[in-house]
Amino acid sequence: MRSIWRTLDRELTRDIALVCVADGLVGVSYGAIAVSSGFPLWAPMLMSLLVFAGASQFMLVGIIAGGGNPLAAVVAGLLVNARHLPFGFAIGDVFGSKWAARIAGSHLMIDESVAFALAQRDSGRRRAAYWACGAGLFVSWNAGCLAGAFAGTAISDTAAFGLDAAFPAVLLALVLPSLRDRATRLPVAVGVVVALVATPFLPAGLPVLLALAGVLVGVVAKEPTTLEGAH
Amino acid sequence: MDGVDLLIATAVLAAGTFAFRCAGPVLRTRVRLSPRAQRLMALSAVVLLAALVATSVLTEGHAFAGIARPAGVLVGGVLAWRKAPFVAVVVAAAATAALLRLAGVP
Repeated sequence: MRSIWRTLDRELTRDIALVCVADGLVGVSYGAIAVSSGFPLWAPMLMSLLVFAGASQFMLVGIIAGGGNPLAAVVAGLLVNARHLPFGFAIGDVFGSKWAARIAGSHLMIDESVAFALAQRDSGRRRAAYWACGAGLFVSWNAGCLAGAFAGTAISDTAAFGLDAAFPAVLLALVLPSLRDRATRLPVAVGVVVALVATPFLPAGLPVLLALAGVLVGVVAKEPTTLEGAH
Repeated sequence: MDGVDLLIATAVLAAGTFAFRCAGPVLRTRVRLSPRAQRLMALSAVVLLAALVATSVLTEGHAFAGIARPAGVLVGGVLAWRKAPFVAVVVAAAATAALLRLAGVP
C-alpha cells in the first residue's frame, strides 16, 4: 500500500480528491432521496456498501419508490452494471494475482476508477490511480450517503450545483487522450452513435452495452493505413 | 416497502454486480490473452466510457436532458482538450451548468 501513495504525484492526488468530493455530494443526494422516498435508514447505506454503483442504486430506489416490482428494479440495476464485465478484462492487470486484492479491487471498480487507471501510461501509476480513486470514492460515497440519509433533503438537488455535468466532464477529460489514437476514434464514434440512437427505445444500461458494436467495426476496419492508401 | 424484500433486492443486486466486476480479472488469468485481444479489451473500455459520457450528457431517462448539462460538459471538454488542469475542467463544467440553470435554461 505504501508504494501506491509514493507513486501518486500531487497533481494526480488532487484530481482524484476532487472527484471524491464531487462524488460524496452525489452520495449525499442519494441518501437524502432514498430516505425521503420512504426507505428505512439502513437501506441506502447497506446498498452503498454492498453494491457501490451509483447509477444502479439511484435506479433501484427510483423504481421501488415509484411502486415498481423489486425484481424489475434488480434486473434494471444489473443491466446498468453489466459494463463492469468488459471493464474487468481491460484493467484486471492492476489487481495482481492475490485473491484478497482481486476481491477488493473488483469491488472498487467503478467508472471513475477505471477511467483514471486507463488514462495512466505506466503500470505503476495505473495501479496507484486505480486503488487511490477506488478507495477514495468508496469512502466518500458511503460517507456522503450516510450524511444524506441523516440530514434529509438538504442537498437532494445536485443538478442545481451542476454536479450532473461534472461527472460526464470527469470521464470525458480522462477518455480524451485515448481519442488521439486514430484507430480508437472510429470505434468510439460508432459506439456513441449506436448508444444515443438506442437510448429512447431500450431500457437503461443496454444502450451503453450496445456501443460495443463500435469495437466490432474497429476489428473489421483494422487497417486504416490501407484504407487511406485506397483513396 | 417490505424490509425483507428490500434486503433481498439489495443482496441480489450486490451479488450480481460483484460477479460482473470479478469475472474480468479472474477470467483474464485463466485464459491467456493475446496482445491483440488485450488491445481490444482496452478499446472496449474506452468505447463503453465514451458511450456512457454521451448518454449521460445528452439524455435523461429516455429523453433529451436539456441544454444546461451538455453546455457545461462542452465547456469542460474544450478546456480538457486545451490541456487545462483537471480542476478547471470539472469546476467549469459544473459552474456552467449551474449558472445556466440559475438563468432559467433547463
